[in-house]
Amino acid sequence: MGDGSPIEMAESELRQDLEEGTREAAVRGKIPALSEDELKHLYDIFAAPYRFLSVEPGKEIVLSYDAGTLKIRRVGIAVNRIQALQIYEKLLGADTMELAHVDYSFKPIKPIIGNEQPVLEQALLVTHVPLFYGAMPNLGLYTQPDGPFPNPSELLPQGKIAEARESYEKSVEAAIRDMVYVSTAMMESGADGINFDTTGAAGDPDFLATLKAVEILKKKYPDICIELGMAGEFVLGMHGDLRYDGVRVAGLYPHDQVKLAEKAGVTIFGPVVNTNTNRSSPWNLSRAVTFMKACVKVSHIPIHVNMGMGVGAVTVADHPPIDIVSRASKAMVEITRLDGL
Amino acid sequence: MGDPYGMAITHAIASGMGGMRGAGDLVARMQMARGMRINEAKTYVANKLKVGVMDLTDPIIMTEVRQDLGLGLVTPLPGIVKGMEAKFRIADVLGIEINCVKRFKNSVSF
Repeated sequence: MGDGSPIEMAESELRQDLEEGTREAAVRGKIPALSEDELKHLYDIFAAPYRFLSVEPGKEIVLSYDAGTLKIRRVGIAVNRIQALQIYEKLLGADTMELAHVDYSFKPIKPIIGNEQPVLEQALLVTHVPLFYGAMPNLGLYTQPDGPFPNPSELLPQGKIAEARESYEKSVEAAIRDMVYVSTAMMESGADGINFDTTGAAGDPDFLATLKAVEILKKKYPDICIELGMAGEFVLGMHGDLRYDGVRVAGLYPHDQVKLAEKAGVTIFGPVVNTNTNRSSPWNLSRAVTFMKACVKVSHIPIHVNMGMGVGAVTVADHPPIDIVSRASKAMVEITRLDGL
Repeated sequence: MGDPYGMAITHAIASGMGGMRGAGDLVARMQMARGMRINEAKTYVANKLKVGVMDLTDPIIMTEVRQDLGLGLVTPLPGIVKGMEAKFRIADVLGIEINCVKRFKNSVSF
């Protein structure tokens, strides 16, 4: 199941969930459903009597990681962040890595940037794989009581829609300044790339601010590598009428999000499909693959699909079962023809 | 979220290129530096290393290639290039600019 609990399914139930999953994505996203051959491939993957599955040789892809350095500390291993990077690089087969601060948002990193830069500079001396610096745009930190602007969640129930929208618009401008400030510092310290992770977590202002920050950074550093990973499959319309290049960003699904990301100058796009904990893993994977296939098809830039806990059909559990993760990994790569995870 | 065993390790074994055990880091650099899609990036790296695309994930072949070209190894044998030294070589072999290598050169030039 999507929550990680084990279930047994009859062949007919498995087929039904695969068909319903792709149909749900097709209707919601106005995209093609999976073909009979693709559904058969998914069926075979789930019906295989093995605890672990992998892609065929030659179909391997590149892996990028969000907040990787924090995940070593999160499980209670007492190492510093540079050691965590080395563990990923030398022990876990990482193709790239990301240095991150425990606060993991651009706003709180800004005042401590002088402490973060030397860590990155030291890490770059002793590692080999490309090293991102990453954080979340996290526009939730810009409204009261955490930030300077009035809280739209308090204004909207009072009917103050114009005031709420104005607050979001001011948050966008402040967030752009912070993202550009921190990213500039990290580029000057030698970062191989910047990862805007969990973009859109605070809805359309979050996504818009990030696109505008990317645009500024791309002009400043034409060769910069920017990875933009999303928070959810759907851009929530917290403001509702914010536009980028004339396109309203609220309500966009991955295959439309990537078009704006490309226009802004993003190098690698990380789309998301959320896992539904009340549905089976076959349903979730069929649905996720359908959305991601449509995104990969329209993209002109590399796609690294998010497949961490709770997204990309990976179960919502701290310790995701490897039978589901490996099946999801194989299916996503082989059916969507993506570029990385 | 998710523990490294269930997430990072599982994906790396199920579908990853193996990082420095193969040429995963090098293929990643081409996606990052030139925006190449996966097949184009693999072909580019294979041509630069003078190996086949299928060899890029073979740890035996790639260990030899990486040692010969000085691109860094998982097991740091005595005397071989490592860390920043290897990134100088990677930039040269792949024909790309690496930000920290450029910064290092600027720092030590006088």
